[in-house]
Amino acid sequence: MGEVIVITSGKGGVGKTTTTANVGTGLAMMGKKVVLIDTDIGLRNLDVIMGLENRIVYNLVDVVENNCRIKQALIKDKRYPNLYLLPSAQTKDKTAVTPEQMKKLADELKEEFDYILMDCPAGIEQGFKNAIAGADRALVVTTPEVSAVRDADRIIGLLEANEIGQTHLIVNRLRVDMVKSGDMMSSDDVVEILAVDLIGVVPDDEHIVISANNGEPLVGSDCMAGQAYMNICKRIVGEQVDFIDFEAKKGLFQKLASILKK
Amino acid sequence: MGFFSSFFKSDVKSGENAKNRLKVAITSDRAVCSPEIMEQMKNEIIQVISKYVEIDVEGLDIKVKQMELEDGATPVNAVMANIPIKGSRNFRRSQQH
Repeated sequence: MGEVIVITSGKGGVGKTTTTANVGTGLAMMGKKVVLIDTDIGLRNLDVIMGLENRIVYNLVDVVENNCRIKQALIKDKRYPNLYLLPSAQTKDKTAVTPEQMKKLADELKEEFDYILMDCPAGIEQGFKNAIAGADRALVVTTPEVSAVRDADRIIGLLEANEIGQTHLIVNRLRVDMVKSGDMMSSDDVVEILAVDLIGVVPDDEHIVISANNGEPLVGSDCMAGQAYMNICKRIVGEQVDFIDFEAKKGLFQKLASILKK
Repeated sequence: MGFFSSFFKSDVKSGENAKNRLKVAITSDRAVCSPEIMEQMKNEIIQVISKYVEIDVEGLDIKVKQMELEDGATPVNAVMANIPIKGSRNFRRSQQH
């Protein structure tokens, strides 16, 4: 029996889709059978981040409306045969799907997959309600900025009210240099404010932009974000992994980079 | 005043400032209570206290506020109520019970 994980944030643009793509790919690399569902109806994004935008035939709304079977709508990943994407519809809106339909879909997919990852749209309206409907646990993504953290708090409250079993926090796009100079909240600061368990800290890394450009998630690759995402995957499956000391690590990566440049 | 406050602000790092501002904002976000519930609570408090002393209902003031704590402590929300009592005669009577 699989587990349904919703990736949510409240505020837009903090990295939900990037997180979904990387965590899903990382779990697949570990041999798990994974399906990613883009629940942002009308604003389809996960397919381009995964590099699968040219393979879409059917979408989430087609499945829910019984225009096709689930299997027909699932797109197999380019690199991992045990990783699938169920893309969102681009021409409909959030009201095309109900929370009950999403719960039913999630329950069906649980029979076949180890992990079902729901990429949630920004906001707290219908799209959010759809995405959390069948969720067993939630990953709340935030950046160390006042607006994102405030919205994350609201989301955590709503997840609790909807009795989502476990809620874990990912602090994304942390700038180690700015934290050091006192001009950015640390992940500890964010955890203290939100009072929720931390499952990962992802540093701001230009490799993320490059990986999105190429449509290839970078989880597991030899950069700081790649390592950070892999560690999140390990924690999801229950492994105990120490948090990376980016301060020390940065020196090492910079050294490696400068050696490679020479 | 303006000069000193801006001078003081430059001493606080923006990360620390963000954290402090968020704590306050989030605490009041979490404490949001609908006006209907507040009214209901107010009426019940009046009922209970009126059993013992005569109170000035007009002057009654109830709100959810952040409690002042020593430096560094996480802010705590409290229900603050100012309930003026009418005359002292009532008090003496309640003591005799």
